[in-house]
Amino acid sequence: MIHFLLLFSRQGKLRLQKWFTPLSELEKKKVIRDMTLMVLARPPRTSNFLQWRDLKIVYKRYASLYFCTGLEEKDNELLALEMIHRYVELLDKYFGNVCELDIIFNFEKAYFILDEFLMGGEILETSKFAVGGSVEEADTLQETMEEYMSKPAY
Amino acid sequence: MPAVSKGDGMRGLAVFISDIRNCKSKEAEIKRINKELANIRSKFKGDKALDGYSKKKYVCKLLFIFLLGHDIDFGHMEAVNLLSSNKYTEKQIGYLFISVLVNSNSELIRLINNAIKNDLSSRNPTFMCLALHCIANVGSREMAEAFASEIPRILVAGDTMDSVKQSAALCLLRLYKTSPDLVLMGEWTSRVVHLLNDQHMGVVTAAISLITCLSQKNPDEFKTCVSLAVSRLSRIVSSASTDLQDYTYYFVPAPWLSCKLLRLLQCYPPPEDGAVKGRLVECLETILNKAQEPPKSKKVQHSNAKNAILFEAIALIIHYDSEPNLLVRACNQLGQFLQHRETNLRYLALESMCTLASSEFSHEAVKTHIETVINALKTERDVSVRQRAADLLYAMCDRSNAKQIVAEMLSYLETADYSIREEMVLKVAILAEKYAVDYSWYVDTILNLIRIAGDYVSEEVWYRVIQIVINRDDVQGYAAKTVFEALQAPACHENMVKVGGYILGEFGNLIAGDPRSSPLVQFNLLHSKFHLCSVPTRALLLSAYIKFINLFPETKATIQEVLRCDSQIRNSDVELQQRAVEYLKLSSIASTDVLATVLEEMPPFPERESSILAKLKKKKGPGAVSVTEMEDGKREGGELNGGGDRGPDASAMAASNASTPSPSADLLGIRPAAPVSAAPASVGSLLVDVFSEAGPAASSAAVNDEGFLSSAPPSEDPAPPLSEADELLNKFVCKNNGVLFENQLLQIGIKSEYRQNLGRMYLFYGNKTSVQFASFTTTVSYPGELQSQLNVQSKPVEPLVEGGAQIQQVLNIECLTDFSEAPLLNIKFRYGGALQNLTLKLPVTINKFFQPTEMASQDFFQRWKQLSQPQQEAQKIFKANNSMDTEVLKAKLLGLGMALLDNVDPNPENYVCAGVIQTKGQQVGCLLRLEPNAQAQMYRLTLRCSKDSVSRRLCELLAEQF
Repeated sequence: MIHFLLLFSRQGKLRLQKWFTPLSELEKKKVIRDMTLMVLARPPRTSNFLQWRDLKIVYKRYASLYFCTGLEEKDNELLALEMIHRYVELLDKYFGNVCELDIIFNFEKAYFILDEFLMGGEILETSKFAVGGSVEEADTLQETMEEYMSKPAY
Repeated sequence: MPAVSKGDGMRGLAVFISDIRNCKSKEAEIKRINKELANIRSKFKGDKALDGYSKKKYVCKLLFIFLLGHDIDFGHMEAVNLLSSNKYTEKQIGYLFISVLVNSNSELIRLINNAIKNDLSSRNPTFMCLALHCIANVGSREMAEAFASEIPRILVAGDTMDSVKQSAALCLLRLYKTSPDLVLMGEWTSRVVHLLNDQHMGVVTAAISLITCLSQKNPDEFKTCVSLAVSRLSRIVSSASTDLQDYTYYFVPAPWLSCKLLRLLQCYPPPEDGAVKGRLVECLETILNKAQEPPKSKKVQHSNAKNAILFEAIALIIHYDSEPNLLVRACNQLGQFLQHRETNLRYLALESMCTLASSEFSHEAVKTHIETVINALKTERDVSVRQRAADLLYAMCDRSNAKQIVAEMLSYLETADYSIREEMVLKVAILAEKYAVDYSWYVDTILNLIRIAGDYVSEEVWYRVIQIVINRDDVQGYAAKTVFEALQAPACHENMVKVGGYILGEFGNLIAGDPRSSPLVQFNLLHSKFHLCSVPTRALLLSAYIKFINLFPETKATIQEVLRCDSQIRNSDVELQQRAVEYLKLSSIASTDVLATVLEEMPPFPERESSILAKLKKKKGPGAVSVTEMEDGKREGGELNGGGDRGPDASAMAASNASTPSPSADLLGIRPAAPVSAAPASVGSLLVDVFSEAGPAASSAAVNDEGFLSSAPPSEDPAPPLSEADELLNKFVCKNNGVLFENQLLQIGIKSEYRQNLGRMYLFYGNKTSVQFASFTTTVSYPGELQSQLNVQSKPVEPLVEGGAQIQQVLNIECLTDFSEAPLLNIKFRYGGALQNLTLKLPVTINKFFQPTEMASQDFFQRWKQLSQPQQEAQKIFKANNSMDTEVLKAKLLGLGMALLDNVDPNPENYVCAGVIQTKGQQVGCLLRLEPNAQAQMYRLTLRCSKDSVSRRLCELLAEQF
């Protein structure tokens, strides 16, 4: 199970935080601080894995943004790397050539896309088609409930 | 596409965000935020009702401010209002706000729950999903109470949309994790298992996370998932890379689902059904084969996904630990990865090999990679990888390579990263202790450790070296000499001064004969360090000084002078002052006899689990320790550090009521390392369990009720067929001495004794006739697999046995691993020209290698529960063949070699026993329960052992005994 996913910039600015286990705000701040310090201090061309307390930390840098996730002992690190990659692909598909600014200005969308992909720290749907589909669909759902309900079910 | 205002962009929000980004300072940012908060507050409080769009925009701004790290104390109500909006995006923002800013305000929770309830019953899949997401995100107890019974219904209802099923599965998982008591198993559980068969890959992917978690907690109820998972896995593994369309990830079919399936299977033992097992083995082989195929894509995503499955498959192979062929292949594959150019793969290979090292089938194979691993420790650029290499060296260490590994770890310590030094120090200390054959090596290693990384040597480590030196008199002189030399260094670590002070205070006399280390030289050396040390070390040194006065009366005047000087006797530290005053007084008024009694050498410390090991376990999860310690870890109770933490201080010096430790007790208290001849251990007072050191050898318990070589009535038949041999064998399960075989010509008596995994059997061949036996030969053979399990060595016997004479043969027996067959003894000789040829079974059975284990009732039932996997248990119900007399039963159970535990079973009629079978490779903890039913003349016998084959064999053997 994934415990958290953090997105932060090379300057250590937090861009997105998703927690799958209940933590107090203070604990969250501590995790964020430790993660940014540890990950940003890593020299280039090292592995993507770290051990932190009893969690496995898997991180990867995409352009100016670090994606960093905390896993349980039994979780698969390589798959977590690909989970991050799939999320980046989903963001890219939605925003088109996604960059850090997209996530800053449309943070709520970044959360929605993540929600379609992960739930309770587990993979909800791996198909790019299925995840992207429902987020796009939500965008077109500007009409009222009545209009929506009168449409044929999909 | 524009970066901003995609979909339903909110201009006001974008402006606010860019304002914040343009702030030059933290103060400016706070100012801007406060302005915005005031604005939003006035809008919310204003007379004019806000439209949905504005409400959404302001709630979103509040969310943004919160995520920046500022407190938000209003807006919750507006967010809850958004939940009941009929516009999708408004509802969505409302839910997002609630999910991120959970508020335990019960008033609000009730409103939120209401909104969720409405959405769940809306039958609109998008709204249902939003509601389920909110429950999963918040996951609070109140939500669990409200929805834990509703969600299973949604999950298994026939008309639920696939996307809703997926969300419901993971939502339920979250609730189960936070409030397992509220999620009741029921009719839905069996239908959940069948989601593994669902057409929709997304549904399977989501559902399997739920099933895995439920299976871990209720393995029996979800057993059927094993065969379903195997067939699903087999379909994926054998599918072409394009079959699964969108669920193929960079040419790898369904990597997430594959890994999840392999994880689910790790909740269970290998499938019992041969066909299912065959299919699974085939899958695992295919996965291993695919690793050797050329990649279908050069992209890293392809190889990562493929290798993710491979590592998960290897994890399953290691979990089963029963397919030597697959284990060796897994080990070879990991060996390849150890040299891979991808750092990630090297890291994972080291990690995975750590668990492989604890498997008896692959431990040796892992050891062959030692040079590569040492090289990784020396040359890897990445500290994470080096740490894994150190972990693996620790895991692969055994008696054969301990010196090399400890030396490498010590030399790595000199340059190791600060972050891992303390752990490395603990590991070196543990290995040095665990595999010390030669205790001078142990002392050298620990002193080196203090020299190289003194700052990281925790109290536990230096306490431990002192305990060991105190308890082993063969190393005391060496230790004294070595610390004396180490203290000569101009700058030595304070921990070295502590160890030096303590050891010279106890054993300085052992080196005092040498003028270079005369008492006064020793004292001056210690005292030269005194002023640089902290208060606790000074206190320890003062105790060492008073001990010197007892050891070397010639130093008395010098030391009294030191104690008398103002810096001691008027020291501002109370403890130091008190010691100086008391020691001075003691030395001046007490007679030599009194001094000698008060300052007597420290009594040996009671042997307990190493406190260092306990510390390492505390530092790291169980993942980092090898299998012996995993077993050992099971007994982590409150008393772990009881003896170990007793600091070697003056107060401790006075406490002398320690029990005498057994010379055979292992340093770590894990396994007896003593030779066969060691005296029985007295461990009654210690924490003992199935896996720890056991008490006296069992052999003496078996009472020989038959006179040795007594003249039993001769058998009618000339030569016994092999079939009788089984009966003969059964006769000796609970005893060690007696007549094994007798006919008109020959009588064979045996006498045997066992200690740990070794045994010695004396065979006495008696010629009952008056005629000489010629060409008398005996051979021991091993049926089946026994060759690799048991080692029996015998010397050839004299070929001539005179009439009426008796010859003796000694067999040395070594149990390598557990076994089921008995070795065969073939005897050939010529009696009056006719060849006599008979084959018997040697009464060597697995229970001979038992060491009894005493334990309290509570411990027994805790172990009993830990051995609860179905295959660990063997049970038989059978009719009594012999008298059910209590004393007879007790004698038999004692003869079996286990400890018979009183006051454990709530029913006094029942018998429970505990013991450890000692083999060369491992120890197998065994628990037994025998329930007699006198009325029905029946017994029920249950065995639970840490190894399933042992449970089965013991059950077979014992069912014939009662």
